[in-house]
Formats: sequence, C-alpha cells, structure tokens
Amino acid sequence: MSAASTGTTRLFGHEMAERLRSGEVSCRGLVTDALEFAERQNHALNAWLVIDRERALADADVADRRLAEARRAGAWAIESLHPLLGLPVGLKDLVSVRGGQCTAGSRILEGYRAPYDAHITERLRGAGAVILGKTNMDEFAMGSSTEHSAYGPTSNPWDLDRVPGGSSGGSAAAVAAYHVPFGIGTDTGGSIRQPGALTGIVGLKPTYGRVSRYGIVAFASSLDQIGPLARDVRDAAALLHAVAGRDERDSTSAPIPVPDDLIRLPASDDEAGTWLEGKRFGLPKEYFVAGMEPGVEAAVRAAVGAIEAAGATVDEVSLPHTDYGLATYYIVAPAEASANLARYDGVRYGHSVRLEGGDFIADYLATRGGGFGAEVKRRIMLGTYALSAGYYDAFYLKAQKVRTLIKRDFDLVFERGFDALVAPTSPSVAFRFGARMADPVAMYLSDACTLPVNIAGLPGVSIPCGLSEGLPVGLQLIGPAWSEAPLLRAARAYEGITADAPWRGVEPAGLAAADIPATPTPAERVAAGAH
Amino acid sequence: MAGLTRADVEHVAYLARLGLTEAELDRLEGQLNHILDQYAKLAELDTSAIPPTAQTIELENILRDDVVTPSLAVADVLGNAPARSGDFVVVPPILGGDAS
Repeated sequence: MSAASTGTTRLFGHEMAERLRSGEVSCRGLVTDALEFAERQNHALNAWLVIDRERALADADVADRRLAEARRAGAWAIESLHPLLGLPVGLKDLVSVRGGQCTAGSRILEGYRAPYDAHITERLRGAGAVILGKTNMDEFAMGSSTEHSAYGPTSNPWDLDRVPGGSSGGSAAAVAAYHVPFGIGTDTGGSIRQPGALTGIVGLKPTYGRVSRYGIVAFASSLDQIGPLARDVRDAAALLHAVAGRDERDSTSAPIPVPDDLIRLPASDDEAGTWLEGKRFGLPKEYFVAGMEPGVEAAVRAAVGAIEAAGATVDEVSLPHTDYGLATYYIVAPAEASANLARYDGVRYGHSVRLEGGDFIADYLATRGGGFGAEVKRRIMLGTYALSAGYYDAFYLKAQKVRTLIKRDFDLVFERGFDALVAPTSPSVAFRFGARMADPVAMYLSDACTLPVNIAGLPGVSIPCGLSEGLPVGLQLIGPAWSEAPLLRAARAYEGITADAPWRGVEPAGLAAADIPATPTPAERVAAGAH
Repeated sequence: MAGLTRADVEHVAYLARLGLTEAELDRLEGQLNHILDQYAKLAELDTSAIPPTAQTIELENILRDDVVTPSLAVADVLGNAPARSGDFVVVPPILGGDAS
C-alpha cells in the first residue's frame, strides 16, 4: 500500500495532537481516516464489535470547534488544551458508555444498554477524546487469545491466521492496525500486556488502584486494572494520565497523586536513552520458563544487552515463588469471578430465560447455562468449588497465603534498590487459531510471565523489542507500586536506544490482506483450520 | 488431592446455577480435574505462618461522605429489565404456588 493512501492513520497520538493545534489537520479528517480503516478492515480483523461513525464524527466536530476557538484566543489557550483533545480511542467492550452496548464479549449481556458512563468514559469525554467504538475481547476478559469471545475471534494484524492475544485482543489489534492511536484494555492476569506483546505495541497494566473501575464489567476484583494500549510509550503514558486517579465511586481507587511527568516524557530519542546511565535493573531468572520459544528468549536477551550498553546494570535476581503463580492465580481469579458473575441472573438485565412452571432455580440454570460460554463456565465452576464448604482453606485461603509469598518476592527485590525488573512478556509469539483451545492449562500458561504482577498488584508494561519469525516479541518492565512514571520513563528510554533498530517501523504483514474484501473473516479462518 | 467425581461436578454446577448439558459435564469433569492437579503444587509450600493477602494496596475502611447524591434515572435502570410492570422489575416467583 502506498504511504499516501494511509492518510493520517500512521501518526502517533502526540503527532496528531500537534497537527490539530497547528491546524494542519482537522479532527474530522483524523476521525474520517480512522473510520475508513476500521470499517474497511474489520471484516478481516473483527477487532471492533461496534464502530460508532455518527457519534465519532459529531464528537470530532465538537473538538474542531474547541480547537478553532483556542487558535483564535492565542497560544496560551492552545497550550491549555487537553493532550487527548480530538484523538480517536477504542474502548474494550466492558467499559460502559451510556446508551451503548457493553457485552463484555458475552451473550449474557447481549442487548444490554449501559445506563451510565464509566469513570474513564467521563474522563475521556471530558478530555475531548473521540470514542470510535467498542473492541472485541475474550468473554468477561477470561482468556489469552480473544478466541473466547461470543462474537467471534479477532485476527492478529501480523498474521491473520494467528490470535492477537487476549483478553484485550480487539483493542490491541485495532491499535496495531493503525485504526486508532489509543486503546483501552483491562488486565487481570496479563490481558493488556500479552496482547500488546503479540501485536507489537505498548501495553501498560497500572498499579492496582491506579484507575477507577466504576462502570467496568468486573472479572476478579482484587486483580483487575484498566490500562492503555498504544503504538509508543508517550501515547500510552498520556492515556494513563488522562484516566488515572481517585474516584470516590470506586473505593479501591487510591488517593495517590498522578504525576504530570507522564505527559512530559522526552520527545528526543537521544535524550530519552541517556536516562539509562547508572540505572539498575533486575532480570528474574524464573521468567525464562521452560518451553519459552528460543526466538523470544533471544530477542529479550538482546534487549537486555542494549540496556546494558546504554549504561545501566542488569543483575540476575530470583523471585523464587514465581512457579506457584499460575496455581495461585487460577484459584483467586475464578473464585472472585464466580462471586462477581453471580449477578447475571436474567432478572434485572441481560439474557433471560423464563420457563413455564415458575421454578426460579430452573430459570437461573437455563439463563446462565445458555448465556455463558465454555471458558466462563469453567472458571465459575473452579471458583465455586474453591470457595465451597470444606475446600475454602485448602484452596482459596492457601492461595491467598501463597499470594503473600509472591508479593514478598517482589518487595524484597525492590528493597535492594532496583529501578525495575526486565522480563519477557509472553513465552511465545502469537500462536495460531485453535492451538491452545483444546487444553485450558496450555492457554493459562500464556500468562505465566504476566500474572505474578497482578498477584502482587504492581505496574508492568510491555514494549516491543524485536521480531521472532516475523512476529513481534514483547519486553516486560515491572516496577514497584505507584512507579508508573519512572517505569514509563524506562520504557521510553528503551524506545530511544532502539529507535534505529531494523525491526522498528516494520508494518504488520497482514494489513494488505485485511484491506481486501475477499479476505476470509477470523471465524472463517478458525473453521478452515479445524478441518 | 482428591479428584472431582461426575456427581461432584453436577453438584458444583447446581451450586453455581449453571445448567449444563451431559456433554458439558463430561468435558468439565476431565478439564477440572486436570486444573485441580495444578493446584496441588501449592501443597509443597508450608504456609502455616504466612498471613493471607486479600488485596495488595493498603487502603482500609474507605467510606464515602454521607451526602445525598442523585441516583440513576428509573427509566434508564428499568430499560434493561427483561420483564417489567410499571416501575417494577417482574421477578420469578420464589415462594411457590401454594404460598401465593
């Protein structure tokens, strides 16, 4: 595809913002380009469950009026505009937008209309960002491939026969395919970072409590956190800055100030890279797990080498309870999910079956049996069992105690003065449709390197660090609680020192095919692969 | 660790209010036991002196100010109800035919 035909879609969010301020482009122009790409390629990608053309264009016109007013008022008025004004964003379809659908990827919420805006929706609207639509996801965010969506799988823009990761696979694919510069995801065990890694973009899971979850469909409430997906670190940081902070409607959102450093990351690659001089990183040896693909390990080790070459020290460290993370997570998360998902009873909203005979238990069984998909049922079953009488101590309480040990591992390492830990995000590159659907444990292992970070409540960011067999590899940086600003400063530094790397600027190989109407849909690819 | 029998799977499904088909119950019996095998790993650790962690940030007793704030509009909330009568959600009878 020629460069001219991509319009404004290849610009980063901060570049779009500059051009909006100078008047070089209009917001209507940006949004028109975004809509054109999203609408044309969604057949092949299924990244979007809703593309709201009418509302997006109306919001774009509002942004254009605000920009015109600011230009008339002078430089100070331009300066005071929100960094996200007029920029297109995609929301995972578990974020409430008043009057719109919010399926969480589930049939049980088909037809549901959100009666109010989520906190982050209010914040984004207040900033003047343009919500382009809602993105696909694994049902109730349970999955690592987006294959568990009730609305069909999403293709990875790098190879349309492969998954984009999950559960925030729709947002990741939409950002990687240049439909929008910003995507919102949620991360309970890796659901922002892993799809970020598998689609070659930046994905940040903030510290637990950093972003209000008011108006977000809950999965596992002691683990869930909202975060940004973007094509570079500066955009990811700006999106976090726009949505983070205390909100009294979510009692777990913390009254910790959100640093403005997040929107002041250096623009210059050279300046960004010099920050690494004298910094200390830990390399947790347990994260190079058995079964890690050699190409992934090579790319991560090369990234470590580049960080050292830039003047930082990288010391091997041990997080000895890492290997217990998977079992801990798969007790805690399903237990909390089984409680959270008890609300889907078909009485007040959502899919509802009322049988003849007036047996309300039979109504619940039919409503929930028909409304939930296979993976959600599996997790509800696991959680119900783990919390049931006689097993609580053996499973849930035991897992909470091991959670303490896993958290202590991180605390002890950070007490030694490391600025951040460097690790792989995912042990593999994007896998083929169907490869892990038959074995739930194989799918769960996709998150072995990300879920300990949720267990400990820490911030973690995945940034692109190369290609293996033509597919993106993610480098994960993990910091102490509330360290998003220095963590993203470190990520920006890595971006700076690799600005000229040959893998930078390689476009996803599936985009040309995604432009062609005859290209099979992801669901058709899955069906073809199953034969 | 003791495995789940078919009867256990059916009982848990009932507790969870999940109506499952025979084929789903068959599949889940194998899958749940495979996953429970992974849990057994936790028994390697002596956690007798370790306190549990339920949440990772030290926030306690967060209460909102005791002030009246607007609630959602009735029409917005009831708009999603599968069955309604006026300003009420129609719920399935829970007391049985004899009691009504």
